[in-house]
Amino acid sequence: MSQVYFEDVQEGQEIPVLTENCTSQRLVMWAAGSGDFYQIHYDKDFAQGTGLPDRITHGALKHALLGRLLHEWVGDGGRVKKVACQYRGMDIVNEDVACHGIVKRKYQEAGENLVELDIWTETPQGQKTTPGTGIVALPSRGG
Amino acid sequence: MAEASAITDEMRAAIGKEWEPVTVEVDKATVRMFARAVGYTDLIYYDEEYAKSKGYRSLPCPIGFVGHPIHQPGRSRLAHVMPFQTPYKRVLNGGTDFEYYEPICAGDVLTATTKVVDMVERTGGVGPMLFITSDTIYKNQQGRAVAKFRSTLIQY
Repeated sequence: MSQVYFEDVQEGQEIPVLTENCTSQRLVMWAAGSGDFYQIHYDKDFAQGTGLPDRITHGALKHALLGRLLHEWVGDGGRVKKVACQYRGMDIVNEDVACHGIVKRKYQEAGENLVELDIWTETPQGQKTTPGTGIVALPSRGG
Repeated sequence: MAEASAITDEMRAAIGKEWEPVTVEVDKATVRMFARAVGYTDLIYYDEEYAKSKGYRSLPCPIGFVGHPIHQPGRSRLAHVMPFQTPYKRVLNGGTDFEYYEPICAGDVLTATTKVVDMVERTGGVGPMLFITSDTIYKNQQGRAVAKFRSTLIQY
């Protein structure tokens, strides 16, 4: 994985998209990994009984995927400091969740090289269901 | 305002008050399970020696993970989330905001302290809704704040 440096980042730059298909297997793994066993995420009858079209992807899983998007972008030399998002729309089981990020601002604070990004997830229909903000620290070419 | 507020004096009084702290353990198996669920391939979340070679004390927590509260039989994991009753039956997750001040690693034992910071009523497509925002500060075994978690729950 090649390292991204602070100097190479420009405001408005889009980072590589991360797409993950949220299969029922992934939702079950998330239930166990997170401790959230609410049945709307893995029991189809239960989900439909509450008026949902099918099982839905956990909001917090989408948050974690946005965290992974940034982790994989910053590489070994960087660090993800903040990931915040709002759950505005549903993602249905077995659909692709596409995670995006665009550099909003770069700045230095307390000796760190920081980059703030607009981040969001998108459904296959192009709906932005999970908009948010991320902040990462990047290494400098100057060391 | 067309309708009476659902925010009672009891609820209003809860704003800003810290609830009883919760102990959270971080261990290697749960870090791996969380990382697998998110689809991470970075070995820092799976191989302790590799994580150490990258400067971590042990497997670090991926974003969104801060360990699990110690489970108590018969008690919901959300039991500590709301110290009051509201008139609403249904809950949606409105948003998640995690800030990490330093890496949290397997072996850490954290103390999580939560308080409600805001309550707002809005009317949406599903009728009246209550947005409850709470902050949890995680301190490690040395007493240093290592992460802050802001959660927004929507009741309706």
